[in-house]
Amino acid sequence: MSAAPAPRYLARPLAAIGRPVLAGLASVGRMAIFTLTVISHLIRPPFYPREFAHAIMTIGWYSLPVVGLTALFTGGALALQIYDGSSRFSAEAAVPSIVAIGMARELGPVLGGLMVAARVASSIAAEIGTMKVTEQIDALVTLSTNPIKYLAVPRVLAATLTVPVLVAVGDSIGIMGGWLVGVNRLDFNSAAYLKNTIDFLEAADVASGIAKGAVFGFIIAMMGCFYGMSSGRGAQGVGKATKLAVVASSVLILGSNYLLTEVFFSG
Amino acid sequence: MIELQDVHKAFGDKRVLCGVTLTVPKGESMVIIGGSGTGKSVTLKCILGLVTPDAGTITVGGQPVTKGDRDAFLARFGMLFQGAALFDSLTVWQNVAFRLLRGAQKRARAEAREIAIEKLRRVGLKAETADLYPAELSGGMQKRVGLARAIAADPEIIFFDEPTTGLDPIMAGVINDLIREIVVEMGATAITITHDMTSVRAIADDVAMLHDGVIQWTGTVAEMDGCGDPYVEQFINGRADGPIEAVR
Repeated sequence: MSAAPAPRYLARPLAAIGRPVLAGLASVGRMAIFTLTVISHLIRPPFYPREFAHAIMTIGWYSLPVVGLTALFTGGALALQIYDGSSRFSAEAAVPSIVAIGMARELGPVLGGLMVAARVASSIAAEIGTMKVTEQIDALVTLSTNPIKYLAVPRVLAATLTVPVLVAVGDSIGIMGGWLVGVNRLDFNSAAYLKNTIDFLEAADVASGIAKGAVFGFIIAMMGCFYGMSSGRGAQGVGKATKLAVVASSVLILGSNYLLTEVFFSG
Repeated sequence: MIELQDVHKAFGDKRVLCGVTLTVPKGESMVIIGGSGTGKSVTLKCILGLVTPDAGTITVGGQPVTKGDRDAFLARFGMLFQGAALFDSLTVWQNVAFRLLRGAQKRARAEAREIAIEKLRRVGLKAETADLYPAELSGGMQKRVGLARAIAADPEIIFFDEPTTGLDPIMAGVINDLIREIVVEMGATAITITHDMTSVRAIADDVAMLHDGVIQWTGTVAEMDGCGDPYVEQFINGRADGPIEAVR
């Protein structure tokens, strides 16, 4: 004897919960398969050096102004905040070291990563999404070219290599922003500020930020490529893909930042 | 020869192909006609392997399309897409020579450029267009560049997906003549999908009518007008009344 079906008033809310959960799980599964496929192609020929060089320029070089400006203002604001907080217990001398450590460990990689996510993940998703909608991806296949190898691999590789460099540059500019504010607004002695920064900043602080940058770069390009290739039809489909790429990469950056901080600094 | 045997394809609940059986002899120009959304493009994409059929067999030269070296298989094809599908980030000559700049058919860059310019000339475009980007071209010029790309590596089989859609009648006529000339000159097997009857008469050796997911009629272009098939007659005369529902 078969069991009686659930009453409709019970089934409807359950279906309303179940449908998005299943869709979400399916999306995570597709994302995982896509990521593994891209990784498997990283080491297999053919390679596309021109596309890689182009991706280095568009992802790395052209992101320098936005990352630099973000770091400069963040470093300056950080110096002001720390000065205000530390003056409550006469610890103003800690400003240079906290600015440096804060920029190198957290704010440089996270804010740099988020700015690159906004600029690059959106651009990759929109570009690849448009290519899909206008049948350029199909055209690549008919021209015996694997779209993942030609479009995704150079971008993922370029972002994984250039975002750490952007983070390192951002760290330096952020520390300089703190120094500018410290010397010009907070009356620090320039040489003492720089000596304090150098004395307290350790190689591990910088290295952890750069390692985070590599992970964030990988996430940014991967999300841009995944959502671009999964784009729906028309302008609305491309728009949705672009939005999802930025949201997913931003959330994954913040989540992975916490996990990496646990790995690097807990205990 | 291209053979489709009882090919089925559905997307979710929507059954697009419900047993397509079609033979395109080697060196012939077959035009598939049918209304919008009847599965003409899906048929081409199934042959190319861009879409996997749910059932049925497709062979090219006796070989199933799903077996063997995929790159070698695709190297036999050229395709002109409906919107040309040119790569925005590449110049015109790089688009045309795309296959010649990478992969098994790779040539030296200068040689590939020379071939691209020659193919552009073949489709009536001057050498000066070679260094422009697709966005700088008109719709008709983009179609011609797409055509040049399709023939760049001298394929045995060429597919044309609605080659005259969106073009004015004069440009459509130019593209039709070019397609016919190129197919005859190269001796290639061609499949064109269109609902433009002027194109059909200019390009086709044989015609197949696709409706409701099956081939309703097939014959030579000369037989088409007096074939007596109600689907073909309604379609070629553009009548609202007949077995094909106007609202689908």
